Amino acid sequence: MESVTTPITNLSMNAEPSTSPGTAERSTELRKTPLNAMHRRLRARMVNFGGWDMPVEYPANGGLIAEHKAVRNGVGVFDVSHMGDIRIRTGKTPGGGLAAVQHLSMNDAAKLAIGQAQYSAMLYPQGTFVDDVIVHRMGEDDFLFVINAGTREKDISWVRENTKEMDCVVEDYSDAYTQLAIQGPRAVDVVKKLTDVHLDGIKNYWFTHGTICELPCRLIARTGYTGEDGFEIYVPSDVETSETVWNTVIEAGKEFGILPCGLGARNTLRLEAKMALYGHEISENINVWEAGLDRYCQMEKRDFIGRAALGKLSAAGLKRELVGLQVMERGIARDEYKVFDAAGEEVGVITSGSPSTTLGANIALAYVPPALAALGTNLFVEVRAQRVKALVVPTPFYKRARKPAPQAAGSN
Amino acid sequence: MGYPANYRYTKEHEWVNAKDGVATIGITDYAQSELGDVVFVELPAAGKKLETGKSFGSVESVKAVSEIYAPVSGEVLEANPELHDKPETINSDPHGAAWMVKIKLSNPAELEKLMDSGAYETYVAAKGKEASA
Repeated sequence: MESVTTPITNLSMNAEPSTSPGTAERSTELRKTPLNAMHRRLRARMVNFGGWDMPVEYPANGGLIAEHKAVRNGVGVFDVSHMGDIRIRTGKTPGGGLAAVQHLSMNDAAKLAIGQAQYSAMLYPQGTFVDDVIVHRMGEDDFLFVINAGTREKDISWVRENTKEMDCVVEDYSDAYTQLAIQGPRAVDVVKKLTDVHLDGIKNYWFTHGTICELPCRLIARTGYTGEDGFEIYVPSDVETSETVWNTVIEAGKEFGILPCGLGARNTLRLEAKMALYGHEISENINVWEAGLDRYCQMEKRDFIGRAALGKLSAAGLKRELVGLQVMERGIARDEYKVFDAAGEEVGVITSGSPSTTLGANIALAYVPPALAALGTNLFVEVRAQRVKALVVPTPFYKRARKPAPQAAGSN
Repeated sequence: MGYPANYRYTKEHEWVNAKDGVATIGITDYAQSELGDVVFVELPAAGKKLETGKSFGSVESVKAVSEIYAPVSGEVLEANPELHDKPETINSDPHGAAWMVKIKLSNPAELEKLMDSGAYETYVAAKGKEASA
């Protein structure tokens, strides 16, 4: 028996194991987060993810499916320190930082209050993706971009190159932080044990700086990549501090059934929530409209890189659209499998596909022609030698239950 | 979990339990632990001819597809129906209830080329050491 994963791109989730024969040497070339030794002590199954030696799951705790369930039902913690951080702030004159961000980012950063974050992307002039990014407004003119691990160097070069004539200071903070994502309905209860910050006052996609695990002035953000409530915390990246914080989080989460979670669960969780993964749903070959990310693209604001091309593309109409599929016969649709219409013509491709633990079905995202994108359309996915039926279904596949708004006292 | 002394084993982590010209084939405990939770199994129908070294089916976890290679050649008599609805049996009982196919051996001498349980145990122990490097 030999493991045959779908073709590996630099950013594919189906990554090479770091522990296969002959990679003992290679593993010294892989980048490591400060918690690498911790993951190995926990006997995590490690993989090469975009040049990083990362945990894909922790078999000793039950593995991927158990981790996925923990996040949906309780709480899980992820080491996401491989992600990058770019600080962009003004140089000499007020407005310089904001102007730089507005030039680079497709969403409207001027709408952000200090302490607020938004999902956005940096685009190439042709309207396709350099990377997706969470933009945090730290100050009037001071912003933090949190970016993907696999595009760290590309992104920092892109930011520097495209703002060199502008009045801003660009700093790469990527190695300065250990970033932990604490995710799930009980995440807030865990984080409450670690900080005196009034967390109920931090709404989704807002953040603050506060003391956490006795570390002063740390970024605590109500963000995440799982479709659940949760927080991402950014602590100093020295190994001792990182391990202490990790252990404190695990201890605090024990009563809620916390599990350490790897990239495997991270992928299945974000897929159910229909969140894009760079190199799959978004890439340098895919534009904003095709990816269905219209709501994060503010065409009305002043010019940003890619705006002109997006205007033309909008007028020209879509050639393909991102849809959600549910496989209706036996078989798992996986990344890069081909999609066919009822007549047997090849019409599209799966960008991400996996069994969905929460839904008990096999799901996928795929690019198909707009004529085949309507809900209820019958398509076929080529799973090795066979073509299996798949249905276009609504997305996100999973949406977390919102708490009902509290009733005012005495109301009828 | 030990490796049954009367089975034979391959480097690709299949096991063979042969008796009276019929071989039962499955994947080993090492294989299932490397895979993680098994969610899907694809097996050949009765009558299919297996060729040594060629893929005859697949086992899938959430993350990956793994092909299964024929350790010996022969004709499929039966595929295990339990694995259709209960693929997780591969994780809980890989050497017993999770047998995959029963075949009529076309060349019993092929069994001599396979590892015995002692050799296989040594083989996976070495893999374990490599993995923790």
